[in-house]
Amino acid sequence: MAGTAVRGRLSWQTATVGPVTDETAKVRTLRLEVPDWPGHRAGQHVDIRLTADDGYQAERAYSIASAPGEPLAITVERLDDGEVSPYLTEDARTGDQLEVRGPIGGYFVWEEDSGGPLLLAAGGSGIVPLRAIVRERSRAGSSVPVRLLYSSRSWEDVIYSSEFGLPPGGVEVIYTLTRSQPRMWQGYARRVDNQMLAEVAWPASERPLAYVCGPTSFVESVAAGLVGLGYPAGRVKTERFGATGQ
Amino acid sequence: MSPVSRGFRRKREAAPAGRVPPGQYVTKDFPVLSAGPTPHTPLSTWTFSIDGGREPMSWTWEEFRALPAETLTTDIHCVTRWSKLDTAWQGVSLDVLLGMVDYDARYVLAFSDGGYTTNLPVADLLGGKAWVAFDYEGAPLGAEHGGPARLLVPHLYFWKSAKWVRGLQLRDTDVPGFWENYGYNMYGDPWREQRYAGD
Repeated sequence: MAGTAVRGRLSWQTATVGPVTDETAKVRTLRLEVPDWPGHRAGQHVDIRLTADDGYQAERAYSIASAPGEPLAITVERLDDGEVSPYLTEDARTGDQLEVRGPIGGYFVWEEDSGGPLLLAAGGSGIVPLRAIVRERSRAGSSVPVRLLYSSRSWEDVIYSSEFGLPPGGVEVIYTLTRSQPRMWQGYARRVDNQMLAEVAWPASERPLAYVCGPTSFVESVAAGLVGLGYPAGRVKTERFGATGQ
Repeated sequence: MSPVSRGFRRKREAAPAGRVPPGQYVTKDFPVLSAGPTPHTPLSTWTFSIDGGREPMSWTWEEFRALPAETLTTDIHCVTRWSKLDTAWQGVSLDVLLGMVDYDARYVLAFSDGGYTTNLPVADLLGGKAWVAFDYEGAPLGAEHGGPARLLVPHLYFWKSAKWVRGLQLRDTDVPGFWENYGYNMYGDPWREQRYAGD
């Protein structure tokens, strides 16, 4: 539980939207050019602040999608009743300005010396900080074995599908598609359950480290399932996205 | 001076004046945020203890539930920016619990199942401002929201309202708890937007 104290004041910095990439119909990755970005660790997040021309401001937190040392990028899912995510996924264009503050968080973080083997479990856009972890593993030249269990509604909703289509050596990506599947789909086609975890997760005897990120119901069931498989609670790190209109 | 984000406009209704701290928005959901799996401690082994006073104190679940409880309705504010208005709780006031302890400490470190801790000044727990809550909206507090009992300190950001709370350690000095060690604010006043260290 020992943490690295982050004691400097985090100030807002102006960011310029760089290249944007549409990942799915509802999900976009935005590169953010921040002149004095202090760097970040895989799994951390940032606060984003938007200002309207009448002075109204809205702030939200987003997971960082890029590895340390890569340009800062966030991947945002549009929530239709949201205020910030529709702007970021539909309106924001390269060259637009917003503000960013961070990096934030130090618990849901993986670094090379955190070790493994790693079990990464993502529900929907919960994949974002886990993608940063997979990229950091490659960047650091780590050979820690990784199993990534990634639950999406359908193949069209899978984020980073081309990147995970050719995963780096030692990284296994296991998909489950909960709502609809392509014809001839051979993978899992149901919500993550204890049987699936027993098939996919590293045995507890290998002292794995688990990172679980997604909606609350996903995280609750996966985290409880891993504890049921003998994972110590302290080796299961969770990050949850509430359905809060973010 | 913040740069204008071209084309960004308010979409949410303005919150009731003076009701919602800066940077927060109102939600009707009750989002869940925690760092690890949800612990499930049976009531038969649950205790609430206060250490660091002249005598250590501890209550079993039955003893705790026999203490006078209050019902209250309050607004809660999470550092992740949601606020929830008019939440209804039942719990034992910290005035009652700390009133049974002889101590002169100025700070506490609250501790929970799962290893979570958070630090608070004693003054913020007294005077009808803090409870150990066991009932939410008329039903036993669910495990995902911190049941069987959580700290409820609604005038501070909600991470100070430790879920699955099992006791308080009275201390002469203020030491950071779990999130505070990861850069979150030592005090956490939402009205001053004390989200992170140095705010």
